[in-house]
Amino acid sequence: MNAPVLIKQRALPTLVMAVCTLYFLTPIWWLFVGASKNSDQFTSTNPLWFADFELFANIGDLFAYRDGVFLRWMLNSILYTGGAALLGTVLAAMCGYALAKYRFRGRELLFNVVLSGVLVPATALALPLFLMFSKVDATNTFWAVFLPSLVNPFGVYLARIYATAGVPDELLEAARIDGSGEIRTFFKVATRLMFPALVTIFLFHFVAVWNNFLLPLIMLSDERLFPVTLGLYTWNTQVNQIPELRGLVIIGALLSITPLVIAFLLLQRFWRNGLGAGAVK
Amino acid sequence: MRKALLSAIAISALTLSACGSGDDSSSDGAPAASCAPSSGPVSLTYTTWIPGIENVVKVWNDKNPNIQVKVQTGPNGNGGTYQNFFNQLKAGNTPDLGHIEYDALPSFRVQDGLFDVASCDIVAKAKDQFIPWTWNQVSFGDEKTAWGIPQDSGPMALFYRADLFEKNNIAIPKTWEEYAAAAAKVKAAGGYITNFSQSDINQFAGFAWQAGGRWFANDGQQWTVDLTDDKTKKVAGYWQDLISKKLVSTVPPWTTEWDNAYNSSSAWTWVSAVWGANSIMSGAPKTAGKWRVAPMPQWSAGENVAGNWGGSATAIFKNSKHPYEAAQFALWLNTSEEALGLLNKEAQLYPATTAGTKYSYLANPVEFYGGQKIYETFAEAATQVTPDFTWGPTMTSTYTSASDGFKAAVSGQGTLEEALSKAQTSTIDTLKSQAIPVKE
Repeated sequence: MNAPVLIKQRALPTLVMAVCTLYFLTPIWWLFVGASKNSDQFTSTNPLWFADFELFANIGDLFAYRDGVFLRWMLNSILYTGGAALLGTVLAAMCGYALAKYRFRGRELLFNVVLSGVLVPATALALPLFLMFSKVDATNTFWAVFLPSLVNPFGVYLARIYATAGVPDELLEAARIDGSGEIRTFFKVATRLMFPALVTIFLFHFVAVWNNFLLPLIMLSDERLFPVTLGLYTWNTQVNQIPELRGLVIIGALLSITPLVIAFLLLQRFWRNGLGAGAVK
Repeated sequence: MRKALLSAIAISALTLSACGSGDDSSSDGAPAASCAPSSGPVSLTYTTWIPGIENVVKVWNDKNPNIQVKVQTGPNGNGGTYQNFFNQLKAGNTPDLGHIEYDALPSFRVQDGLFDVASCDIVAKAKDQFIPWTWNQVSFGDEKTAWGIPQDSGPMALFYRADLFEKNNIAIPKTWEEYAAAAAKVKAAGGYITNFSQSDINQFAGFAWQAGGRWFANDGQQWTVDLTDDKTKKVAGYWQDLISKKLVSTVPPWTTEWDNAYNSSSAWTWVSAVWGANSIMSGAPKTAGKWRVAPMPQWSAGENVAGNWGGSATAIFKNSKHPYEAAQFALWLNTSEEALGLLNKEAQLYPATTAGTKYSYLANPVEFYGGQKIYETFAEAATQVTPDFTWGPTMTSTYTSASDGFKAAVSGQGTLEEALSKAQTSTIDTLKSQAIPVKE
């Protein structure tokens, strides 16, 4: 293969990647630039380049607005999302592991029922969930958002696939012979082997809960319980009335994506492993 | 880890069952049908998206230890809170009080979600304090009923750039005819007389309201839909003409582009409601001191008719167990000088009571408007809004359909009038599909 062909072969994918990168990063760049301006300059200066850099003053304004309710929303989001993703991952892993490693009647039926849960969009479930929680007077509570967020059928699917391929039966038998109980075996042996898959499940779950907007919108009416997505949306719908809110929404949006960015950067390494490993075996 | 997991599950199960069996207060009988005082202390919930409302409610709570009001919030009505109200009606757990804009009240009425506050004698007595047309917005023309207590109103007037008009020697238009003539002169001077918001049907409704258009009527049996009466057609034709001649800009409302059109002096006037004063102040800070307010242009010289854009009511839901106390609170909120003053300070709400428009905080000169006492103009406009404009019960769908057509019209496809007749058809279809009787 001669050099020009090689360059040609590389140039096209690189170009495509460059265009995609630009396409995906421009809104974030816009957000960052917008968040650094004061409201006057926001409307009157180039939206893709800086004017006076007032990012920190803006952050200060945001944190001060309405007794710092924004920080409360961030904390809520982290609790809803982190908590649900963590617990949900454990549940999905246990469930997937059980489906992969134990033989019992109705196993496939159970698995298919769980799997069909993937097909039901979260938005379609929000209203029935609301009516159910209303029956037990539990709407407008932390649990109304947290409990439905725990389940993750796609995670069960991934965990089952991975446990089938990644956790050898021989190893489990060895553990049993050594006198380890089933639960202990799961936590001490299986979870270690499944770790890359668990990170993947965690990330998927984290993003899904973070983005599940309709459920909190329907369930919550107490501002102190809002996750940050709902809080910012609420402000954004009030921009007609209180135009100052626009600046706060922009700076809030920038800050609200940082936990997602951090989660991805930290877990990316494991995540790539997890996707690849499940696929090849 | 296992322990943590198990205890978390146990806790959530406990919480659920505790919520299910406890809270006896919610089971003491059917919703009250009449407006009788409750015995003992009462706790009310109030859902609203008015910014800073907590500070207003706190004043009430401090003075009324026996009637405590808890504020709940959410996105603005069409942004989700109305849908939540409907879900809560279905589930039977609405708040006691809700913030509902005038144009959405009929949809709650046809769903039978509201308590008739006119059955409270304290409300019936307070009726005369309200500007008559605002009362009409909650009673839908029926003297004996009221489906909320008017809270705020949006009388319209003309915001204009005094400096630019003066510099270019253009007279401030008093009629719509003069306004169109001025539009041509402004265009020659390098600006646009205004921005015709390409999707803002509410502003257009304000224009139609002023011109005498009557979009909906209800005779107690059936709804009549008339988005294409002669008056509305006249208004649509008028603006279509300005759009076709490119004498107005047409950027989307409430965007940075829109702010920029005003901030950069490319748009010279805005026929808007009283709350628009704040929109200009924060959207176009560079133009401070250069704006003034004049009455809305008239269809015939010498008339004094204003339109209305916006406004809302405090409604009591039919599930409320304490309608009397809720009505007491809602009356205080919307008639007392203290509450109205705070509502104006926190959220620029413009009162719906006759006395309210004359309160001292609205008599002050406004620096941004060159020290003009702009609220005097709006107080006058508030009395000039014609009373009998009624909203339909499916406004969301009407707005969507009309707004699609308006967007097409400003980009040269179709006209405003065509958009309105499409909205007419789709509104009638929506009413039928919801089994709401409609006259054709």
